[in-house]
Amino acid sequence: MLHIINKSPLTHSALESCLRVAQSGEILLIEDAVYAATSGNAFEGKIREAMGRFKVYVLQPDLEARGLADRIIAGVSPVDYGGFVDLAAANKNCQSWL
Amino acid sequence: MSDIKKFMFVNRKAPHGTIYALESLEVVLITAAFDQDVSLVFLDDGVYQLKKGQQTKGIETKNFSPAYRALEGYDIEKLYVEKESLEARGLSEEDLLVDVTVLGRAEMGELMDQQDVVLSF
Amino acid sequence: MSNIEVNGKSYETDEEGYLVNLADWNTDVANYIAKTENVDMTDQHWEVINFLREYFEEYQIAPAVRVLTKAIGKKLGADKGNSEYLYGLFPYGPGKQACKIAGLPKPTGCV
Repeated sequence: MLHIINKSPLTHSALESCLRVAQSGEILLIEDAVYAATSGNAFEGKIREAMGRFKVYVLQPDLEARGLADRIIAGVSPVDYGGFVDLAAANKNCQSWL
Repeated sequence: MSDIKKFMFVNRKAPHGTIYALESLEVVLITAAFDQDVSLVFLDDGVYQLKKGQQTKGIETKNFSPAYRALEGYDIEKLYVEKESLEARGLSEEDLLVDVTVLGRAEMGELMDQQDVVLSF
Repeated sequence: MSNIEVNGKSYETDEEGYLVNLADWNTDVANYIAKTENVDMTDQHWEVINFLREYFEEYQIAPAVRVLTKAIGKKLGADKGNSEYLYGLFPYGPGKQACKIAGLPKPTGCV
């Protein structure tokens, strides 16, 4: 399953809830959720922990818009819009944690 | 001169994901015409509004971040950023595209108490 | 939405005559808009138009008149950084009218 998150981890509980409930699969961070993929963010520890169970992706254009393309946590994979589509197509189903 | 009030704009939202940051900026630019004592505060995810190097070409939206550098020309020179918010996001003053005053949470609270009008975004 | 036609090319404008696409602007379009505004473009006019375009390039906003006046004074001298001079060039306002000729959006806070 592909889990899509679009809220900042420091403002909303979406990512926290996803990590609590989901057991494994792939996570794609988009829009304000891309902050979770940046080093130095207070959520970094939880993302690192999650990488043991999930493959974590971040949408590159959203990261660039926020001026943080050079701060991706090692191990998180950047994808473009094409990669977003590929992820959605490759997974049996996906869930947006709105 | 007695008509001058202390206005504070409190910005707590990240840019781009929602419209709050841009709306706040527009209200600030309009308010500048009224010659009031304006302070801008950036708290929580609001500190991301001031991050250097924002490039919105890929998401096809207006990059309004350069406009923060125009605030000085509008005589809006009181920009405050909360220290704890910066730290929780791995940011430092050097990451910001304008000069700001960094305040600890207690000082920030005091500053809020001194205002006549507080507008929250 | 409406359109203006300059040198056989059509450009989209809003209902007040401001260019919709900033990239559409060129000196011919500027001259055309100036004519519709009854402004005879001189070097002094171009100086302000070019200043506005540079300002927009840097800050991505059209400056309020007060800000423009101050900034012009800083860059081009006090004899030009005052409302008499700027309104003399652009009778309907250095914000509204000059921005239109410069192909910029209406200044924020301008009604």
